[in-house]
Amino acid sequence: MSVVVVGGGPAGLAAARELGRLGVRDVLVLEREREPGGIPRHAVHQGFGLRDMRRPLSGPAYARRLTELASGAGAELRTETMVTGWSPGGSLELTGPGGRELLDPDVVILASGCRERPRSARLVPGSRPAGVMTTGTLQQVVYLRGERIGGRALVVGAEHVSFSALLTLTHGGAQPIGMTTELERHQSLAAFRVGAAVRFRTPLWTRTRVSAIHGRPRVAEVELTDLDGGGTHSVACETVVFTADWIPDNELAVMGGLELDAGTRGPAVDEALRTSRPGVFAAGNVLHGAEQADVAALSGRHAAASAARFLADGDWPDRRVRIGFRAPLDWVSPNALAGGPPPRGRFLVRSREFLTHPRIEIEQDGRALWTGRLARLVPGRSGRLPDEWTARVDPGGGPVTVFVASARG
Amino acid sequence: MERGFDCDVLIAGGGVVGCAIARELTLFDLRVTLLEAGPDVGAGTSKANTALLHTGFDAKPGTLEAELVVRGYEQLGRYAERVGIPVERTGALLVAWTEEQLGSLPSIVEQSHANGYEPIRELTVEELYRREPHLGPGALGALEVPDEGIICPFTTPLAFATEALLAGCELQRGVAVSGLERLDGGGVLVRAGGREWRTRFLVNAAGLRADELDRMLGYHGFTVTPRRGELIVFDKLSRPLVSHILLAVPTKITKGVLIAPTVFGNVMLGPTAENIERKDDTSSTAHGLDYLRLEGRRILPDLLEQEVTAVYVGLRAATEHTDYQVSIHADEGYVCVGGIRSTGLSGSMAIAEHVRGLLEDAGLALSPRAGPPVELTMPNIGEAFTRPYADEARIGADPDYGRIVCFCERVTRGEIRDALASPLPPVDLDGLRRRTRAHMGRCQGFFCGAELASILEGRS
Repeated sequence: MSVVVVGGGPAGLAAARELGRLGVRDVLVLEREREPGGIPRHAVHQGFGLRDMRRPLSGPAYARRLTELASGAGAELRTETMVTGWSPGGSLELTGPGGRELLDPDVVILASGCRERPRSARLVPGSRPAGVMTTGTLQQVVYLRGERIGGRALVVGAEHVSFSALLTLTHGGAQPIGMTTELERHQSLAAFRVGAAVRFRTPLWTRTRVSAIHGRPRVAEVELTDLDGGGTHSVACETVVFTADWIPDNELAVMGGLELDAGTRGPAVDEALRTSRPGVFAAGNVLHGAEQADVAALSGRHAAASAARFLADGDWPDRRVRIGFRAPLDWVSPNALAGGPPPRGRFLVRSREFLTHPRIEIEQDGRALWTGRLARLVPGRSGRLPDEWTARVDPGGGPVTVFVASARG
Repeated sequence: MERGFDCDVLIAGGGVVGCAIARELTLFDLRVTLLEAGPDVGAGTSKANTALLHTGFDAKPGTLEAELVVRGYEQLGRYAERVGIPVERTGALLVAWTEEQLGSLPSIVEQSHANGYEPIRELTVEELYRREPHLGPGALGALEVPDEGIICPFTTPLAFATEALLAGCELQRGVAVSGLERLDGGGVLVRAGGREWRTRFLVNAAGLRADELDRMLGYHGFTVTPRRGELIVFDKLSRPLVSHILLAVPTKITKGVLIAPTVFGNVMLGPTAENIERKDDTSSTAHGLDYLRLEGRRILPDLLEQEVTAVYVGLRAATEHTDYQVSIHADEGYVCVGGIRSTGLSGSMAIAEHVRGLLEDAGLALSPRAGPPVELTMPNIGEAFTRPYADEARIGADPDYGRIVCFCERVTRGEIRDALASPLPPVDLDGLRRRTRAHMGRCQGFFCGAELASILEGRS
């Protein structure tokens, strides 16, 4: 087996297809769900595939297309098969209906995606009633299982995915009563916000924290705290959807001893999406909080090209320069440098705060490598840094730091 | 059985103590009924505790609690190994952080010796940090209690109840006692769930409601004040940070905040100790979680950088007394087993044996139950033993053990199917969780929540 791709979502399937296209044989995609396709399987709205397939598709259609392309390129897709860890000798340990298995591929591409932090991880106090879920669960309940939700629902978060949750709730028969965000405004597109306000008459409560959930056996009431004034008020509802607040599904990376990035909490990767462990690449949303599916697919394609080169020449850098950042930046990806262009010729950067016309500086050992302005940075959405400065990096030098020199809020 | 009785012994309360008593009594030729007010056995206080298998080294010498925990530790340890309840002998380190705490260590050693537990010993600070390199700075000394362990709080009551059930116990879930009346000539009429049972002996193991049942028969032996304990469970990736149970130096009120591995491979931080009014208020609180995080950051700073998987709240059945409140009213046929607080899990089997002794003294004839003994093997849900997803032979015999449904906890379709077909099947998602670990992990249903709901409803 030359390549094992862990995860059959957009990044993994696109990587498998690209490997086939590049002439790599023996590519195996391992998917733990019963069907390949990943998150788009249950994201029924339109708008998938613009960047990689150059046409708009619904989530399920996009998932099917990615699957067809990967199979068509010669990759083997094995579903209901989960990589549960690494053996002491470094092999991948698998469990599937066919049994327990050890695999020793020349290349592993981790493409296990990310998930939303659930209520418990956000330490929201109160009782533990039914009716509290993430967008992921909500979409599966409504779209994969065809179930009704009903009642009143509160959406926690105001990012793209939060508006997607709003649509899913109304599709499932629920009445959205509001959206909350701890930030001073929403983080999605103005059109989504206006649409939500007009179509569903959903208020957006900014600078608001969900400070308690009450009810038993189902949610009855949610307490909201005004982060500026400190006052609280309660809203009655039967469903609470915790959206966004993504974390990479990084268990295999941690178990495999891969260096993690402190910002993304995913494996630290260089421009070629190489992790710290020779032969192991990572792609898509296991690298960082969620990007859209087509961006993940392009990341998979990029990792596949790097993997194909590695299979051909066996070259693996023995040193890399790490990229760090300072607050209010949240993360930068890729976050290591070892030569070559990053995916789509750019580095992604995220901020914890809204920044208008931020001037970004990149330096190494006190030496300025680049400075430039971005139009704006919105929490939960990636800004784009060009890669022209990487040629000036001293490969023997200290870490590179990315920071905001000035900005308007 | 004597004329006119529906059962010889009726146990009110299917927590770990009530289940242990049911198991103990069904070893004999008796007609036993177990009533649980909640939807499942072991679903109240018994499911949300620190899950320690205590040696009883720190109990107050001479108390019933000390006696029963010391004995129960041995009994439960052996039973767990026999029927497959996950248990790990991690050992505990009791850490002193202040001069005052350091000064109290010798008295804790004395107390341990008085309880008959000798292996306790002092550790140097160097050895403490060698054993637990992630421990926060500033520890001044420690005691090692090598035999303290961790045990599965879910499987334990389920094992007791299943064994009792297989031995002929009548088990009713979702049936709360609403009235008790003395019968002429001894025995009790129990009203519960719209039905009546005439029992020769009533065992009150109602935990938080034990005082209410006591009052129904005219006694006022104690008042239960629910003592809320909040617990934070950290991601399994934090498990390498700690190898022992890290205990605090106890005060009069509480044993303090501890950090312990769990048999599921997580790390647990807690509990708080707050007396509250309502017996059903299992809500977590902002101040409780803040306090735990503050304590946790001091004890094991790196732990607080890890993801939180779950928050649990348990209510201990504390009373105004420091000891267990166990008494028998032989003429009426009433046994009260009240005030069993945090140590109920460790002490459960010895409490059951003690109750059996009281019943025997009160004239209940005990002859061994006819027929073969119940051969019980509980499904293993502990990390220290091979689980089905990692068991080549099991998957080979049945591919459903290779179909992982709950990815975070690696729970297979075969295990879920077995739980649903078991003698004591779950009635809801929480019951399935306690039997299989499904939905217990870091995603809390992001991936498998919808699938599990369907399986429970019999649709997939």
